Amino acid sequence: MIIVCPFCGPRDLSEFAYCGDADNLAARPDPAATDPAAWNAYVYDRTNPAGEHAEIWQHAGGCRKFLRVVRNTVTHEISGVTMLEPKA
Amino acid sequence: MAEYSALSIVRNALSGNEHWKPAWRKPEPKPAYDVIIVGGGGHGLSTAYYLASEFGIRNVAVVEKGWVGSGNIGRNTTIVRSNYLLPGNTPFYEHSMKLWENLSHELNYNVMFSQRGIINLFHTPAQEDDHARRGNSMILQGVDARFVRPPELKRRVPALNVSGSSRFPVLGGLEQPRAGTARHDAVAWGYARGADRRGVDIIENCEVTGFVREGDQVTGVETSRGRIHARKVAVAVAGATSRVMAMAGIGRLPIESHVLQAFVTESIKPCLDTVVTYGGGHLYISQSDKGSLVFGGDIDGYNSYAQRGNLPIVEDVMSEVLELFPAFAKLRLLRSWGGIMDMSMDGSPIIAKGPLPGLYLNAGWCYGGFKATPASGWCFAHTIAKDEPHQFNAPYTLDRFHRGTVIDEKGQGATPWKH
Repeated sequence: MIIVCPFCGPRDLSEFAYCGDADNLAARPDPAATDPAAWNAYVYDRTNPAGEHAEIWQHAGGCRKFLRVVRNTVTHEISGVTMLEPKA
Repeated sequence: MAEYSALSIVRNALSGNEHWKPAWRKPEPKPAYDVIIVGGGGHGLSTAYYLASEFGIRNVAVVEKGWVGSGNIGRNTTIVRSNYLLPGNTPFYEHSMKLWENLSHELNYNVMFSQRGIINLFHTPAQEDDHARRGNSMILQGVDARFVRPPELKRRVPALNVSGSSRFPVLGGLEQPRAGTARHDAVAWGYARGADRRGVDIIENCEVTGFVREGDQVTGVETSRGRIHARKVAVAVAGATSRVMAMAGIGRLPIESHVLQAFVTESIKPCLDTVVTYGGGHLYISQSDKGSLVFGGDIDGYNSYAQRGNLPIVEDVMSEVLELFPAFAKLRLLRSWGGIMDMSMDGSPIIAKGPLPGLYLNAGWCYGGFKATPASGWCFAHTIAKDEPHQFNAPYTLDRFHRGTVIDEKGQGATPWKH
């Protein structure tokens, strides 16, 4: 698997560290929120799709940027890589 | 007389081997059953077997998308052990070990269970302490465990590099002498035959395409071979749990699917008569009865439903093999393959009633499902038959994540790709 880093170009999988489901990470409850159901759902539950999956990878062996990668979990085909923007 | 015996071999040989019964029938699905089990793998078949043999429920169908044994039961590295640390896990896996010890006899089918032991190597003083703790925990819970030191290791595993020259020198190992290996597809076939002989319909090439619901109640399944009703529907689909449960309207589960690779070399003469695991990384290796070395390491580490992996893990696993066994560098690799592991959020499985009425779930085996095959089926059958868990699987609930009662052997937290 090769991931095309927007900064470094096409690089081997071994340079990247996987950080999990991007949509789930983006749906983190407000840190001040105290609803256990919302936090439990965020920490433990995943949609785990067979097909397109948005995920966070860090180019740990390169520019160290965090990337949002859209990848097909059935074919391993990557359809989009963007830099992860800080949450507004 | 048992169906398979020395006498039956002679008798069938004399009649030209034309009168053996097929190991299981190929029945057409009936319109309704007491229990439908989705998934004809090891766990589904053992569930069917124990429902019929232990709990008296024989009006059962196992529906399988492909053929019996086509999934992870035929893809694993065949290791059986019960060397767990936590009280939530040990009684369950030790129950499984006891079922393994009598399995060939019980099924009248040779599953080639070989108690050749497993040695978990440690390489640092801290790791030695950790292994001592686990060994003590095992002994306290009635499981066999002992330390093996380098002089004995050298004798027991002559090919192992214990010279101290390696990057992480071997300081010793924690052995479970009763652990071992079994012929994995024979386990599926033996359970299939045993279930079939007790009246269970094993329906292959029958893909579940949906669930029949009356309100919340699950009352059957839609399949590629028509609708089948059942009072209870039990799901044991290994790496397809999220996909199957989505059809029942369960969109989110504490599971991620990952790919795990395994490898086998050409056959060589016997040189490794136990199972060895590497503590400097993650590797488990044994030699099959055919002479091939069978081994694997970590999962690839990203969500995947592809039954194939990538090269970084291949390189990683090979380097670990050579770290322990330098002589194996001469061997040629014959095959590698991948299987889909449903990694749960704490590394422990789910065997529970629910999450909908009429539905039962057996899932989240990470990459430790093979050794659990007998106890998983036994406990799942108990849960289905009695509508409550046995004490062995009582901790394996689906709601334990939300209740804060996770069973996390590695203390890894909700990062399933690191379990």
